[in-house]
Amino acid sequence: MDLFLQQILTGIANGAIYACLALAVVMIYQAIDHFNFAQGEMAMFSTYICWALIAGGVPYWLAFFATIIISFLGGLAIERIIFKPLHSAPVLSHIVVFIGLVAIFNSTAGAIWDHNIKTFPSPFPEGSFGGLIGLHEVGMFFVTLLLLLAIFCFFRFTRVGMAMQAAAANPDSAGLVGIRVGWMLALGWGLAAAIGAVAGMMIAPIVFLEPNMMLGILLYGFAAAIVGGISSPGGAVAGGFLVGIIENLAGTYIPAIGSELKLTVALILIVTVLLFKPNGLFGKTIVTRV
Amino acid sequence: MATDVETRMDTNMEAAAKIPFKWVIPFIVIGAILPFFLGGYATFQGTLIMIYAIAILGLNLLTGFNGQFSLGHSAFYAIGAYTAAILVYHLDWPVYAAIPVGGVVCFFAGFLFGLPALRLEGLYLALATFALGVSIPQVLKSSHLEGLTGGVQGLDVFRPAVPAFLKENFGITMDQWWYLIVFVVMLLLFWVAWNLINSRTGRAMMAIRDNPIAAKSMGVNSSLYKSLTFGVSAFYTGIAGAMAAIVIEFVAPDSFTFQLSILLFIGMVVGGTGSIWGAIFGGFFILTVPNFAEEISTGLSYAIFGVILILVIYVMPSGFAGLVNLLRVRIKNML
Repeated sequence: MDLFLQQILTGIANGAIYACLALAVVMIYQAIDHFNFAQGEMAMFSTYICWALIAGGVPYWLAFFATIIISFLGGLAIERIIFKPLHSAPVLSHIVVFIGLVAIFNSTAGAIWDHNIKTFPSPFPEGSFGGLIGLHEVGMFFVTLLLLLAIFCFFRFTRVGMAMQAAAANPDSAGLVGIRVGWMLALGWGLAAAIGAVAGMMIAPIVFLEPNMMLGILLYGFAAAIVGGISSPGGAVAGGFLVGIIENLAGTYIPAIGSELKLTVALILIVTVLLFKPNGLFGKTIVTRV
Repeated sequence: MATDVETRMDTNMEAAAKIPFKWVIPFIVIGAILPFFLGGYATFQGTLIMIYAIAILGLNLLTGFNGQFSLGHSAFYAIGAYTAAILVYHLDWPVYAAIPVGGVVCFFAGFLFGLPALRLEGLYLALATFALGVSIPQVLKSSHLEGLTGGVQGLDVFRPAVPAFLKENFGITMDQWWYLIVFVVMLLLFWVAWNLINSRTGRAMMAIRDNPIAAKSMGVNSSLYKSLTFGVSAFYTGIAGAMAAIVIEFVAPDSFTFQLSILLFIGMVVGGTGSIWGAIFGGFFILTVPNFAEEISTGLSYAIFGVILILVIYVMPSGFAGLVNLLRVRIKNML
């Protein structure tokens, strides 16, 4: 039983990482209506900026918020400079541009800050909660929930949030009622980059900072977002915890799997969930017309 | 929100269906004599380009013509390669027989994977195929299958010697011989794809891509066509994988990572989604550009690759085939 509890808590701790990134994924999905494959690398790059600030003597929280603002502006700039001219290109071409961005961020971070693994400070006190789960993980859990609440309020209660949803769901009609669709997209990119930065800064103390740190995690982030339902931020967070727990339990209790096939099992389970609930666990069912 | 990954044909590609026949003959002639003018290494590279082109065409049949998104074609490439390698290594099959078997095994793998994939669309299908692509290297490395797959070490296979009469009379080298084999296989597969697309089946595939509900109400058996397309697409990619295993003379799990899926995807888009011959340009692009980026700067090679990729999409948003079509229309209008 102790082992079971331990594994559940480890699963929740890992799940908090996935949930955090899944939120960023959902955020940009709400704004641009498709996945941003460069999300993880953008978050990694933001984390490096924060690390460089801290290394330069800036106090943690100042660096934290400065990074969020820099990332927001960076996201905004990417949309304005790279995606605006490609507005009418086919979506598959957009995905290739995402892949290009992944390559650029990854390689540039390696070139500027080298490939050595770096430690990243945690804002929360050291130690653990009853020897089961680290305080950083607990802190991250609450940061994720806080972020979720903020996103919910933003989309639900502010004009800009509403306008962003409208611009993503139906750009033409949104334009006709006076929403500046182009700027809404840019804003969505900025916000997604900012949330990604928070996720990166929360994750880095656990997985350590290096250019490829997001590679594996982003997969889980996508998986979490899809399992939870891509249209629902709350679902994405729930999906993140679910994926974390399932992955850990499967690795512990099914001997044939062990740690070498953990990822495979997590993905197989996700596909199974999708087969029965094609819109994710908490997603809205979408009805299309001919 | 419904169509997350819109794969509908864009207008620049519409004219792509018609390739003037007079262009095909010179292409075949040039392709056939090329290995006799190139060096051994360039011939080998050409062979790889054609192998990639076949794999990209397979992906294109699925995504470009049927609207199903796949990020897992490295899995079929791996299954084809490993089938061929295992047949040759463990069972001493002749290499030439192992290649088609690799394709057929992939056809069934693709068809079976296509059945559950029927329920998934767009992003969800992307994730499912992605799961397949990520898990295959892990499965191949797994200790349970090590006796068969050779685990992390992989398997060595050897190309059989060039037939004696060709070697003695024409001095054909190993690289040239395999270039010609791959060239003939490629032509055959491209011809089959061409006929498939221009048949009743092809029209059904494209109808499903453009409007699944309308296609269904017209009496197209959507489930059957979708899973069959998955099978055919996997067959193409599997043949490519099997030939790659033989030509490179080695298979290992790390050659078939998720990056390969991404590369094939890039090749498809850069060549032109929904264009058959664009796949050749796609194969050329994914083989040469990463090497080129590496030559400019080793440390920043990925960044340079990324920049080139973005610039290419700027210049030709509908891929190479789209650009050529656009130019053809422009020139025709000017005359």
